[in-house]
Amino acid sequence: LSAVKSAAVTGNVVPSCRREFSWWSSVQPAPRDPILGVTTAYLADTRPSKINVGVGAYRNNEGKPVVLECVREAEKRIGGRELMEYLPMGGSARFCELAVGLAYGEDTQVLKDKRVASIQALSGTGAVRLFAEFMKRFQPEAEAYLPLPTWSNHHNVFRDANVNQHTYRYYLASTRGLDFEGLKEDLKSAPNRSVILLHACAHNPTGVDPTPEQWKELSKLFKEKDHFPLFDMAYQGFASGDTQRDNQAIRIFLEDGHQLACAQSFAKSMGLYGQRIGCISIVCAEATEAATVKSQLEYIARPMYSSPPVHGSLLVTSILTDSDLKQLWFKEVKEMADRIIGMRVALRKNLEELGSKHSWEHITQQIGMFCYKTVAALSKLGALSARLVWKFIALKKHDSQYSTLYRNSCSCYMALLQFSRSCNNEIQ
Amino acid sequence: MAVATDASRFHAVPMAPPDPILGVSEAFRADTSDLKLNLGVGAYRTEDLQPYVLNVVKKAEKLMLEKGENKEYLPIEGLAAFNKATAELLLGADNPVIKEGRIATVQGLSGTGSLRLAAAFIQRYLPGVKVLISSPTWGNHKNILNDAGVPWSEYRYFDPKTVGLDFDGMLADMKDAPNGSIILLHGCAHNPTGIDPTTEQWDIIADVIQEKEHIAFFDVAYQGFASGSLDEDANSVRRFAARGMELFVAQSYSKNLGLYAERIGATNVITTSPELALRIKSQLKRLARPMYSNPPVHGARIVANVVGDPALFDEWRAEMQLMAGRIKQVRQKLYDELVAKDKSGKDWSFILKQIGMFSFTGLSQSQSENMTNKWHVYMTKDGRISLAGLSSAKCGYLADAIIDSYYNVQ
Repeated sequence: LSAVKSAAVTGNVVPSCRREFSWWSSVQPAPRDPILGVTTAYLADTRPSKINVGVGAYRNNEGKPVVLECVREAEKRIGGRELMEYLPMGGSARFCELAVGLAYGEDTQVLKDKRVASIQALSGTGAVRLFAEFMKRFQPEAEAYLPLPTWSNHHNVFRDANVNQHTYRYYLASTRGLDFEGLKEDLKSAPNRSVILLHACAHNPTGVDPTPEQWKELSKLFKEKDHFPLFDMAYQGFASGDTQRDNQAIRIFLEDGHQLACAQSFAKSMGLYGQRIGCISIVCAEATEAATVKSQLEYIARPMYSSPPVHGSLLVTSILTDSDLKQLWFKEVKEMADRIIGMRVALRKNLEELGSKHSWEHITQQIGMFCYKTVAALSKLGALSARLVWKFIALKKHDSQYSTLYRNSCSCYMALLQFSRSCNNEIQ
Repeated sequence: MAVATDASRFHAVPMAPPDPILGVSEAFRADTSDLKLNLGVGAYRTEDLQPYVLNVVKKAEKLMLEKGENKEYLPIEGLAAFNKATAELLLGADNPVIKEGRIATVQGLSGTGSLRLAAAFIQRYLPGVKVLISSPTWGNHKNILNDAGVPWSEYRYFDPKTVGLDFDGMLADMKDAPNGSIILLHGCAHNPTGIDPTTEQWDIIADVIQEKEHIAFFDVAYQGFASGSLDEDANSVRRFAARGMELFVAQSYSKNLGLYAERIGATNVITTSPELALRIKSQLKRLARPMYSNPPVHGARIVANVVGDPALFDEWRAEMQLMAGRIKQVRQKLYDELVAKDKSGKDWSFILKQIGMFSFTGLSQSQSENMTNKWHVYMTKDGRISLAGLSSAKCGYLADAIIDSYYNVQ
């Protein structure tokens, strides 16, 4: 025994199992995540000209990550607090109250009636995953319909939750806008009582949103088909700059009496990417049912991660409960939204001034962080070579069915301006 | 406009059962008695029964505030500095496993999240293979395996007659299981019993696991909290790793760094080659992405700052000794009180032999309920008390409660 012990200390033990055998020899390398893999590739690239327009993370005009002032202030206030105890499984109740107030409008009747079940979630991904697991458990025959295209990870989430998924038409390439007729047809032909994933605002990756009139029409269609609306809202405030305008789709559906769900993320709108702070909320028939549904959401969260991380919830709560910080946040989120809108205008103008015959209207018509199909269009400008595209955009085409192709983050102003200038050079 | 209840999508959804552990804290909060004592959840308290934020954590957070780091997404696998620190803490920086790159480490959502990620990996790559869990074990282990779709069964562990380890039963059940099963082991400070195998027993367990070609899966939630020494508490894992065994290890920093609410831990897979470790890591990432995309940054930075700074690391070791020391003191005090008050000559020494935050009192469910209903002592129904929530001052009261419940309640 002492020989084994001393050997263990020195590490010089001849293993009694064959070294060549492993349980895992059949494990294949996983495909790189189409979005986050871009950042990995970007970080590994040593060329000074490199630019990352892959992941949807806001940058300032110098291309640097931004921590909002209201967040820095909130950090100071919560710093040195005594308590680091476990949150309840459902997270911070106060945080959830504030989050759903923001999402639905504080004066909404469903909130007054306490009909909303909500728990803190691991940002948007975690919120959608909780809902997918919940629907699998309590409406196992229901199937999920996702817009085509959608954020690539949506497909992973529903797949890993073992929920059958389909797509519905959304983006119309010929107009670079919404394929509203296709959308309606597909939702009509879906079986009644399907779960329909909707992007509340600033559709990712297309930046194409329905108009309020279109949302109203959809609300009626949902009633006819008894469909369940699942809103993914990752950009509230970021789209138009006004949080209570960005949630109008949700408010339209609420007014029409739908029982809906909302997966919220504070990653972009408060710049709290790494904190993983979000919320899943479900509108129920009445208060008792909401308590029951909440208990089941907690029951799903407990074996996933027990309870959510506290830090982000403290920041959001600090900001939303202090009137000064809250106003500061509104101001900052509007600034971010305005900068992106301004950059869209500048990019379009710049491209048009290059004398391009292509239409660049879609750049200003689309909304939110992303510009869809811009690179594809740019690469059609005869003189552009693939090498040039590669130099400025660290993006890779994937063959998989659910890849998002050619999605560019418009928040990287310098990159695209540089890019458009070089297009100019190539053309001359 | 209200929706008629029977027309609701959710009218058939039943109320979930209250969590047996976290539900205790909720009930405690609702109790208005001055005598109440929370011995439910495993969260460390000072002698004044206050939550404790470690000094090294405050220092690390101050450093972080000063640095003013950004809040960007971590990569899916988490903070690199944290992953390096956590593997080294587990195995020792000089361990050949680390030097040879044979370990895949992915930051996880504390112990639960790290266990869940490993369970999801098992479900995908070893479908149908059963995980054997100790009887008893932490309640959430079953939930994690169930929700991950991994079958499980139990191996004997706790012997109520001796209030100690049923070693023969444990070995027999491991030998009975089909070859190539997975054995979930607590690295140290078994939860809920506080009963750990001796070093000799660990070696025999490893022998059986190797003979049966099982895989050992360690849950390490209390490194440092058992003996007070971070290295000593990693002994079981290190001995297994030294044999060249492939292992799963889930780590948590909830208790030993008091970072409960930050949800910081790690999933580690130790394998036979660095190439395999890379492939396994990529698949762990692929499982994490549709769960939460990437892990929370705050707790990871705290750990990386503490472990990465030699002065802070030393300070942490000292605080760890203090915390573990307080628990040992309280064990002694409780034992002394029980022996003084119980004239029947019952052997209460198991309290001293058990290790870590918890003591398995051997109280039945109805006796545990009496502890709560009559004495306002909140504990889990399996007879587990968290000594971390006990002060020396309350040991006398607790002894009275235990004696009353043990003798007067069937």
